[in-house]
Amino acid sequence: MQVPILKQGSYLIASIQSVLSDADLVQLRDALAEKVGQYRARGVIIDVTALDVIDSFATRTLRNMAHMLNLRGADTVIAGIQPEVAFAMVQLGLTLEGVGTALDLEEGLAFLDERLKSHARAGA
Amino acid sequence: MATKSKSPRKDLRSPDDTPDPSSPDDPENFRHGLLRELVAHLRENRTQLREVWARNILDAKLLSAMTKEEIYSEVTSVYDNYVEVLETGNVDALQAYARNLSERIIPRGVETHEVISIVLLLRDVLARSLFKKYQHDFNLLNRVLDAYEPAANRIANTVAVSFVQERERIIRQQQEAIRELSTPVLQVRERLLILPIIGVIDSQRAKQITEQLLRAIRQNRAKLVVVDVTGVPTIDSTVANHLVQTVEASRLMGAGVIITGLSSEIAQTLVTISVDLSKMTAVGDLQGGIELAERMLGYKVPSAEAAAKA
Repeated sequence: MQVPILKQGSYLIASIQSVLSDADLVQLRDALAEKVGQYRARGVIIDVTALDVIDSFATRTLRNMAHMLNLRGADTVIAGIQPEVAFAMVQLGLTLEGVGTALDLEEGLAFLDERLKSHARAGA
Repeated sequence: MATKSKSPRKDLRSPDDTPDPSSPDDPENFRHGLLRELVAHLRENRTQLREVWARNILDAKLLSAMTKEEIYSEVTSVYDNYVEVLETGNVDALQAYARNLSERIIPRGVETHEVISIVLLLRDVLARSLFKKYQHDFNLLNRVLDAYEPAANRIANTVAVSFVQERERIIRQQQEAIRELSTPVLQVRERLLILPIIGVIDSQRAKQITEQLLRAIRQNRAKLVVVDVTGVPTIDSTVANHLVQTVEASRLMGAGVIITGLSSEIAQTLVTISVDLSKMTAVGDLQGGIELAERMLGYKVPSAEAAAKA
């Protein structure tokens, strides 16, 4: 199952629509890393609203993905983790350390805007 | 029947070689006859046996939560119920009565051991009176006791079980009530929730709190949550970890958490058991927490004086 990656201004939006296999996740990671360079994106939102299970492999991959994309120059935010999923993840000790999180796509966009603004201020 | 009887009754007490005086072709019938006789005897001596029993209860200093008059009146009802069960073998009425009695006396602090002791006392009082009545005929006494003991034990069992069931029912009810009034999640401003926690947190409650909070975060699209633990008396490592989990789960949903009202004891405990609180923002009291949250969300709340000047 391919994950569509949409370009929205200087952001990329990867909206996960269905359960992903481990291979799909790895594929998503590689695709995002490449597209960030291709489109010179400043931010990436990975929307996981549709996922009702996020296991340890998925957590690790998402975390690695976020760190990797940060290194490629794009802030990354995971948006739309469901309450049940959040609870289950915490119980399993999976916490997505150092990764931005947001309630939904809209919040994710606001989060990235905020980040870019603060970067701009820091640069000025 | 004069020879060794191979009766189906497993009668360990009465020696096999004695002939049965009342020729029990049907041992059940015979037992019933005995029980009837027994019941008649207990009815006859009702007042006197009841007195002895009540005195025994008072001597043993049981039921100290009740007055003497109350004990006497309950004793009468229990006695009558008891005899009735012996007569009919049907424990339903007694069970209902025991439940009802438990409901009345549990709030007054009557303990399980007291109830059981009381029923056992009655059993012994009645057994003594049977001993006295049948002391001349050892065989008959044996048979009477054979009939009496299972019934009496069954009664003791019924009363004890009813009492414990009633007690458990009350405990369940109270737990339910505590859960009901447990933890409100309140919205104080657009995108700002407060969660005042009051009382002891156990694992189940912590789970419930977290679930409730996460649901509220999604519903109200909250950005910040102020968790106030002023009302939490003590904290241990389990509870602290629950708090950390709540904070983590909220963060996964994109909401920040500010903890307020950590008392000095709790703060000390947390440091001693070295819970990782680096991810938590802590503010002294609820007021400070809400002020910080407002600033973080970009609200500007002028004081009354400043507003008047402007």
